[in-house]
Amino acid sequence: MKRFLLLMLVCTVAVSTLFAAGTTETPVAGSQAKTEIHFWTWRPEDVDFYASQIAIFEAANPDIKVVQTAHKNTEYNTILAAALAGGSGPDVFQGRAYGGLATFADSHYLEPLEQWLPELKNYSPTALLGATSPTDGKIYGSPAVSQTVFMYYNKAIYKELGLSIPKNWAQLIANFDAMKKAGYIPLANGAKDGWTLETMLGGMGPAFYGATDFFTAVVEGKKNFQDPAFIKMIEKMKSLTAYMPDMFMGVSYEDMRANFFNEVAGHLVGGSYEAAYFNAQNPDLDYDVFAIPGEDASKPGPVSVYADMNFAMNAASQKKNAAVKFLKFLSSKDFGNSMIRELKMISSVPGVDASSDPFIARVLELQKNATPFIFLVGFRYQQPTGSSLWQAAAQGVMAGTLTPAQAAKQVQDGIASYYKPFQK
Amino acid sequence: MDVKQLRKAAWIIFFVTPGLMIVGVFILLPLFMSLYNSLFSWNQLLPVEFVGLENFSRLFTKYPYQQRFLNALQNNLIWFLSTMVLQNSVGLLFGYLMSRSIPGYQAFKRIFFIPVLFSIIAVGFLWGLYLKPSGLVNNFLGLVGLESLQHAWLGEERFATMAIIMVNIWRWVGFPSLVFLAAIDNVPTECLEAAHLDGVGEWKLFWKIVFPLIIPSITIITVLTVIGSLNVFEQIYTMTGLDGGPNYSTDTIGTLFYRTAFGSVDAGSPEIGIGSAIGVVIYILTFLISLISIRFSRNREVQL
Repeated sequence: MKRFLLLMLVCTVAVSTLFAAGTTETPVAGSQAKTEIHFWTWRPEDVDFYASQIAIFEAANPDIKVVQTAHKNTEYNTILAAALAGGSGPDVFQGRAYGGLATFADSHYLEPLEQWLPELKNYSPTALLGATSPTDGKIYGSPAVSQTVFMYYNKAIYKELGLSIPKNWAQLIANFDAMKKAGYIPLANGAKDGWTLETMLGGMGPAFYGATDFFTAVVEGKKNFQDPAFIKMIEKMKSLTAYMPDMFMGVSYEDMRANFFNEVAGHLVGGSYEAAYFNAQNPDLDYDVFAIPGEDASKPGPVSVYADMNFAMNAASQKKNAAVKFLKFLSSKDFGNSMIRELKMISSVPGVDASSDPFIARVLELQKNATPFIFLVGFRYQQPTGSSLWQAAAQGVMAGTLTPAQAAKQVQDGIASYYKPFQK
Repeated sequence: MDVKQLRKAAWIIFFVTPGLMIVGVFILLPLFMSLYNSLFSWNQLLPVEFVGLENFSRLFTKYPYQQRFLNALQNNLIWFLSTMVLQNSVGLLFGYLMSRSIPGYQAFKRIFFIPVLFSIIAVGFLWGLYLKPSGLVNNFLGLVGLESLQHAWLGEERFATMAIIMVNIWRWVGFPSLVFLAAIDNVPTECLEAAHLDGVGEWKLFWKIVFPLIIPSITIITVLTVIGSLNVFEQIYTMTGLDGGPNYSTDTIGTLFYRTAFGSVDAGSPEIGIGSAIGVVIYILTFLISLISIRFSRNREVQL
């Protein structure tokens, strides 16, 4: 019997160590009443930047310690959702915009910020839209960054071939032809990764479907995606395949970016987020951007713009006062200027100074003709999202397995399955 | 109960408990959790109300869930059939040839099995590079003068699924080969010798004697193929992405499940109710089909 008891004891110890392993707590050394807050990002590539900013913040707020954790972008949402649901999430974190924000806001994981950050009223409506839940209209994030979609072009190749920035679609195609003749790939884009076709839509689409007027009309249900203008836009997009790389259906996001920064290709439809990457990969690359024009040379081309990142606060945080201090810091002009200077990101903080960076100054200039990035801003709140429908349908069009009209129907039917204004 | 029996029971508990706990926490609990989750309607990440089997009925009858689900299931079926026909017959052939001690069979045994040991993610990533338009495969085709056969293997709807299946066969064929080799080696030599003495040819020997005797291992491989084909995920995820592109042509119920339950950064928000329902359906399908294939091949087993 003694041995049996001993055995049970061994069992108990073994089992309890198995479970206790994760819960041991070590006292923090030197914690003289310092409030420790946790800050999560999906940007492992920006850890150094945030560390330097946190140092500035901690110097000004010696009673607060900020612990930064960066997760892989594609896994961030899942990890964050699990942490928030389990009650162990970070106090302050990078949050997605639009539908991505609504997922967390409607689950009551995010703290409404108006009462904490009165300065939010100074932000542009475009930026605030990305931080607002459509369910209750409250603002759940401090808008951090916006992205703009346009055409990158290689200035050196333009100079070599004597080309100039196109004023209308015909001139753009003439530039493509000239590049093709000279042995360059005119347009670097591929179609293997569906989401890059949504970027392509954001770049070349608005001029054809009618930019913000069309956006407003479809959101209100007055027009739909089987509108002739939208179908014509898809046809125009399909016509670009003649200028894309060989076997473009297999060309992935990485390949297309490499084609552009290695100067094999002369153009790339891409977002403003590419610039920093291009500079890092090929510092000698001489590039600039333009808005893709429509058929009418007298109208400047529109660019699709969207809010891309918000700083948000955990509704269940026990240290809201410290968290708000840090949020205010992340919403300050100084921080916005650092984002422009060091990350080449277009800060949404009102009144930031972009003069230090000609590229960002140029983006802000193009943003004067901004239109919402249609599927992300308007139709990414429910499944199947406009984005997922468009990405798959556009792949079908580019590969030639769907006609533009069939693709438009696929998108329309999918959204109409839940979108009330389309069900009238 | 005497002390001896008690002690024996205690030892059994001691050894079984850790494994049982792992199975309970990581397999059984999630299984019942997903069943539980599938019975609720969800607002984003929070359950709202009990809706019974409504998520299942939406999955099977409503656009677009029905279309996506049937499309994915069809791809899983293609996976199963191709793997059964191509991988397992090649595996059987390799196993048989190696059992006949063809020259260098010891080396082949190892070579065939090496890819089985590779991480599935690494294999997917590397083959993703090889199958690019400018990758190894197309370059090789160009080198031997077959430019007309060059394709965007992972980008064209008609090739993408087969290309990924081929990669998986390349990775996994060593496993059935070894299982079949072991089974064939277990067939009593006196039986084969007797057949040889009676003048039975190699073909007849295989079909009439070897094949019926290795049915148990064929059952195992079939069940593993069923499970493998229903759980395809990593291969798609690494080679054509979570959306099963292009235009859902490589989508499987695994990727559909993940995308629906957890959402994808570039395309959409999670739908936990429907996602859990897909998870439960995957479980039931795997369970039923495995059961059927075990029954089916049990009937054909032969004992000496």
